[in-house]
Order: sequence, then C-alpha cells, then structure tokens
Amino acid sequence: MLKFTEEHEWLKIDGGVATVGITEHAAGQLGDLVFVELPEVGATFSKGDSVATVESVKAASDVYCPLDGEIVEINQAIVDDPALVNSDPQGKAWFFKLKLADANSADALLDEAAYMELVG
Amino acid sequence: MESISRLKHTPLHALHLSLGARMVPFAGYEMPVQYHEGVLKEHLHTRAAAGLFDVSHMGQIAIRPRSGRIADAALALERLVPVDVLGLAEGRQRYALFTNDQGGILDDLMIANRGDHLYLIVNAACKAADFEHLQRGLGDSCLVTILNDRALIALQGPRAEAVLGELWADIASMRFMDVAEADLHDVACIISRSGYTGEDGFEISIPIASAVDVAQRLLEHPDVMPIGLGARDSLRLEAGLCLYGNDIDTETTPVEAALEWAIQKSRRSGGDRAGGFPGADRILAEFTDGASRRRVGLRPDGRAPVRGGVKLFADPEGTVAAGTVTSGGFGPSVDAPVAMGYVDTAHALSGTKLFAEVRGKYLPVTVSALPFIQQTYKR
Repeated sequence: MLKFTEEHEWLKIDGGVATVGITEHAAGQLGDLVFVELPEVGATFSKGDSVATVESVKAASDVYCPLDGEIVEINQAIVDDPALVNSDPQGKAWFFKLKLADANSADALLDEAAYMELVG
Repeated sequence: MESISRLKHTPLHALHLSLGARMVPFAGYEMPVQYHEGVLKEHLHTRAAAGLFDVSHMGQIAIRPRSGRIADAALALERLVPVDVLGLAEGRQRYALFTNDQGGILDDLMIANRGDHLYLIVNAACKAADFEHLQRGLGDSCLVTILNDRALIALQGPRAEAVLGELWADIASMRFMDVAEADLHDVACIISRSGYTGEDGFEISIPIASAVDVAQRLLEHPDVMPIGLGARDSLRLEAGLCLYGNDIDTETTPVEAALEWAIQKSRRSGGDRAGGFPGADRILAEFTDGASRRRVGLRPDGRAPVRGGVKLFADPEGTVAAGTVTSGGFGPSVDAPVAMGYVDTAHALSGTKLFAEVRGKYLPVTVSALPFIQQTYKR
C-alpha cells in the first residue's frame, strides 16, 4: 500500500513497517542533492518531527517523520551517493524504515491519486 | 517573499521562460535560478566550456565629466572609492568599493575608463542607492546617468574566447580587465574581459533591442549553455569572490573582508592621493594595525555543507565563539563543501581547525586559502 504526505514523503507499508522516501516531485524541486543525513536506527520520532536532512548545492531541507514510530533500518546507499535520490526517488533511494507506533495511523494519509492532485 | 507580479523583468525574461528556467525573486527582479540541467551540471559546464548568464539586473552607470576631461571624473569618483581611478588607463577596468564614513562597504562595483567617460557596473539591490550616492558625492562636476537602455550578459568559461571569436569578434588580444567596443552580430556592444566565476570570460553590454538576438546566437553554439543564479553563486563561492549582502556589507571594512588588493598604493598612507574617501581613517588604520576579524575560506572536513549564518567555534564543545559563516554550500568543481566567513584574527591562519554548529552538532572545518579553485584569467 503506497501512501503520501502533504510534505512530499511517500510510504510503502508492509506489516506495520513503513519504508519512507521523498517523492519524485520533491526530488525534482530540491534539485541535485549532494548530502543526506539520516536518523539513527532505534531512534523514535513523532509525526512532523524533522527526521532527516537533504542538501542540494544551494540549500538544506528537512524531511519530516510521516507518522509516530521507531527507525528500524536506514538506507546507507543514499548517504554514500545522494544523487540516487534524484535518479530513483521512489525506488532505490528510500530513506528509512519506520516501525509504526499505530499500524492504522497510515489510513489518514493521502493515497496516490490525492497526492498527484495536490502537486498538480 | 516579494510578490511575483511586482518583480521587474530583464530584457531576456521571455527567453529564460522559453528555455524552461525556474524563476525566483532576486533583488527586485524575477530571475532564472536554474534551467533544465540543474545547478550541478550548469556549474560544471561553465568550468569546462562556456556558460551564458543574464546579469541585466545589475546597474550600468555612466559618469561624464562636465569639463570633458576624464581625469576630472576620475578624481571626483576617488572621493567615493578607496581605489586608484585616475591611474586607470583608457580601455581598462578595475574592481572597486563604495565605502561609508565608518569604513563599511556600501557596494562593490566595476569601474571602466571608456575614454570620455567612466562606466560602472553595480549590484542590482544597490543600484538606486548607488546612483543617489554618486549624484550627491560627485556634485556638479559630472553628469551621472543610469543606462536603462542596455542589457548585460556574461559569457564565462574556458571556451568563451573561442565562441565569441568564431561568431563575431576577434577578442583574443583582450587581456583580463580590458574593455572594448565591438560589433556582435552587427550590434554595437561594450565587452570587458571579466566576470565573477573565477573563469576566463566576458561581460557584454548590449542595447536592449538586440539583447535577445545576441543571447540566442550565443546559445545556438554547442559549447554554450544558459546558467542560472544557483550556479552563479556556487561558481563565485569557489572562486572566493564576495557576494554583496552576504560576505560584505555596511558593517564590514575592506581590510576585514581581505580586499586590500582592491586599494592601490596611491590611495594608501604615503601614496600620492592617500585617503580622501569615506571611512579612510579607519580603513588606513587597519592597514597598519590589522582588523579584529578577517574573511577566510573554510573547508568542512566532512560532506555536510556549512551554510551562511552558521556559527563557528574554536572548540568542539561550542563554548569559545570564533566567528560566523557568510556564504557556504557545495562546490561542484571541488567536489566538497566550501564556505567563507569571518573569524577573529587569532583564528584566521590557514590550517586552523574550527567547529561549525550545524543542526546541534559541532562539525570540524579547516581555515583555508582562497580561492578554492585555480583561476584562469588571461592576464
């Protein structure tokens, strides 16, 4: 099940764990990424917390935690090669896996059609 | 954010849109921040071939001496800048600064001797204030005119000379900071061999009616790519060049800003025309005694960019303040983060380790010589 936030994160939810990344739209807006900072495995975050940072040549941007949960895995590949976020944002360039505090909390997020309408 | 509808347009605005530029507000203008290729590729293309920049938002100003003698205009202008204008030969250009009574910098600019008049290029955000400053400061001795009828483009990079030469003009004999008139595509242009990227290149002033035509002809050349403000900023940062409003402003003096090279001997203590510019007491004293802080280059040890506004400390716990970053980002040609900032003089020596506070962490940075890249000016 693919879900989206208004802050341009995507979530692929599987058995109470969400794989989270930023959308193609967001990656395009940010431009060429040169640095990614990810959270530590085991850290817990609330919905809306700044959980990661991405930096383009020009500017730094926050990535927000889409739901309450605990980080159970991070994607070192995008730390080693931030350009992956530009080339495959909704595939190989996922950011982290989040064990949801409430498995049903994702229901309130946008589905793909609603997100596509949001970004036009 | 400035309302987009109130923003001014340069003569190349429609061309930018047709090229797919992403437009942003900048100094009262709607300007291209990047095109399709993005900042990284635009930056690297400029260092490898040639980039075309629209800098028409900058102010072009003519100063004509009422006496007809260029020396009179030069001497009048020397009352406002700590720079040797009288000694500037015809057909030559020089970097300069408007200073205030406290020794701070009101703007940085280029001054060219065009034979019968002085030709200035000033920053967009400052141009109205500069014009008034000139009118007040020069009094009746000169006629000061803003050249609103001209566009300005910059062609920068190692292929710039060959591109201009192939298309129209034999400019190979021009040296760095030469200024000449030349016909491009049958349009009378003013060309200077200068720019703000650290590369060899040219700035070209064009009558507005022909600006799109000339720019398009340049863009048709396979070596030329349009470059936005994003790459302009990373290019000038790698070149160690100050951005007015970030790295220099009314609170920074030329000595603090490490711009002593812009003040020639004739204007320093003991020189033929020492002083006589606003803030001379403080600025000349700093030549002798040094300033309490200094602009330096900064190389973050890691991959995380360190941006303007970030605080610098002498210790990894962040207890001993050492200075502030004024410009910072990622340097695509250096393939690493680069920054500039002001540090207390005690920490200004190249090789000094400092710590930058980024998102609650104290990241190690090393004070480093500027520029970060090899300049390729044709001196």
